[in-house]
Amino acid sequence: MKFAFTEEQEMLRSQARSFLGERFGGERVAELADSPEGWDPASWAQLAELGWLGVSLPEEAGGAGLGFLEEAVVFEELGRALYPGPFFSTVALALPALPRELQTEVAAGEARWSVSLDGSLVPDLALVERVLVVRDGTLLAVPAEGETLETLDGTRRFGRLREDLDGEEVGSAEALESARPRVLAALALEALGVAQRALELGLEHAGSREQFGRPIGVYQGVSHPLADTYVETELARSLAYWAAWCVAEGDEQAAVAAAAAKSYGAEAAVSACERSIQIHGGIGFTWEHILHRLYKRAQWIEAFAGFPATHRADVAHALLQAAAPVAAA
Amino acid sequence: MDLRDTPGEAAFRSELRAWLEQILPGRLQAQRGGAGRFQEAGREWSRKLYEAGYVGLTWPREYGGGGAPYSHQAIVLEELARADAPQHLGVIGLGMAGPTIMAHGTEEQKARYLPKILSAEEIWCQGFSEPGAGSDLASVRTLAELDGDRFRVSGQKVWSSFAHLADWCILLARSDPESQRHAGLTYLIVDMRAPGVEVRPLRQITGEAEFNEIFFTDVEVPRENLLGDIGGGWAVAMTTLLHERGTLGFALTGALDVAVRRLTSLVREREVDDPRILDCLAREWIELQALKYTNLRALTTLVETGIPGPEGSVSKLRWSEANQRLTKLALEILGDEANIVDGDGYWQHQQLRSRGNTIEAGTSEVLRNIIAERVLGLPRSR
Repeated sequence: MKFAFTEEQEMLRSQARSFLGERFGGERVAELADSPEGWDPASWAQLAELGWLGVSLPEEAGGAGLGFLEEAVVFEELGRALYPGPFFSTVALALPALPRELQTEVAAGEARWSVSLDGSLVPDLALVERVLVVRDGTLLAVPAEGETLETLDGTRRFGRLREDLDGEEVGSAEALESARPRVLAALALEALGVAQRALELGLEHAGSREQFGRPIGVYQGVSHPLADTYVETELARSLAYWAAWCVAEGDEQAAVAAAAAKSYGAEAAVSACERSIQIHGGIGFTWEHILHRLYKRAQWIEAFAGFPATHRADVAHALLQAAAPVAAA
Repeated sequence: MDLRDTPGEAAFRSELRAWLEQILPGRLQAQRGGAGRFQEAGREWSRKLYEAGYVGLTWPREYGGGGAPYSHQAIVLEELARADAPQHLGVIGLGMAGPTIMAHGTEEQKARYLPKILSAEEIWCQGFSEPGAGSDLASVRTLAELDGDRFRVSGQKVWSSFAHLADWCILLARSDPESQRHAGLTYLIVDMRAPGVEVRPLRQITGEAEFNEIFFTDVEVPRENLLGDIGGGWAVAMTTLLHERGTLGFALTGALDVAVRRLTSLVREREVDDPRILDCLAREWIELQALKYTNLRALTTLVETGIPGPEGSVSKLRWSEANQRLTKLALEILGDEANIVDGDGYWQHQQLRSRGNTIEAGTSEVLRNIIAERVLGLPRSR
């Protein structure tokens, strides 16, 4: 048993953090989130060049030939940075269900996709070219046409897909269904990045803001909620990495692990932001501060692909169905 | 990253599983808690565990340990929980006294005490808390004054689990009566059968008496029972507490695993379909997985660096709160019978006992302080 990332995977993480820190700092993300376009289209070619669009694709498809664990590192870091752009839509939602030749286009940075998962709401509709939809058990690619909706999280806007679009068959609905644990794991990883950043902001503020002549972090009314955020973030981390490993290995527990990780991670991220906003006081409640953007992303993740209670119902079902305990070693 | 057992770990696990199936008497199953465990059967079980080589796996071979990797210790705790088998009786000896003696003891002390901790021939208790020194341990007032070749110990300790059964006590006392706080403390090994030691059991919220008051009246403790330096007791005590909270993760998760499985069985038996209760059940199962995999991350850090990772501080805090929630959930499932203890009263007992979980071995408030100050680097509150 060994539960840690490899040195190469950690290098990928530091590369991602420094790239995103330089190109997508808090002010830049805020500017993009409040802009009509909602993202920087030039960033897509950079992601392709970094190899992030095809991390888990084989080399003959233009990918890096790595696995979901490497992709997991990228999802976590993009979540932390609140990267505005259709990475999640393209790589988490659509990519695994696409036929190989279309995957190759994605890896090359030539195509952006999204998916209509459970209805007509489509993430990043305005930023992608095509959308996968399921009709009568068939997976169709339709043009990304429809109305962009004002969305709480300005870094990941929904659109409503037109219903009368003709599509081209690109596979079966099962391809999308079997990729569901991967979607949930990606959301759990993004949530983890959000939670960790909200925690760090809270710690920074508690250590530097002084009231009554002392940094407010000395007061247990401030330090204990931060301790709870740390604990929940670490537990969310364990679940997210467990789910990522199950997805990477095609483990039989992938579905239940991903449901657990997504529900827990989303709630942990929401709580982390709420506690951090409270600890920041008035400044945490302003539009100017990055916290509300982290909070809105956490809420986006919580709501997308099923609220936590929905996933817990699935977990309870699996638990009671299992002849032997689900967690047997 | 590989969450599967290595071939060596898998072989060790299946051997242990087979041994447990063959040897574990039915009457011992489900006896993981409660005062009854110290009966002869419990001692015999501990001895069997020891003789089969499943106790003190990470301890050096020369003191009767296994000299095995940490992962094997974790596997033993997981498999004991899976089989619903009782743990070894020497909880304080194995988790606290032993590691402290290994870190600070003389060769003579190691040879004298360690093997009998492993074999459960000798049971240990802890003399730290006092009526006036709980979370603020540095304010202990029990005196241990050096008088020639012995210390004379007088004072009172409290909340001491197993003291009524113990052979030895790890005692933190003040050797310099003029000293303040952390200075002037000394750490001693005290024979619980020495004249002047009096143990009075304290009846708990559950009705049983697992913990005790200990009164020391002019008790003579030979100088050779000193652990560490005179006046250096605080550093030794910190080793004990580090181990109390650090190596506990897998044992606690094992206990939680048993509780979650029993809760799941209860939900099944009673055919509960209330979505709110099912939601709570799923929450606890998820919390258990989160703790299990957090332990595994901590274990990897420990194996790779030799130092327990900060993740370890999480286990005790979360286990105690999860245990409180899930035992209450069980009572809710029992419905009208929640207050009736005619039967085995298992859940009623567990629920009441769980209130101690957030107090014993570091209150949740102290644990949150530790996380805030030592892990997160927030300014100290005191």
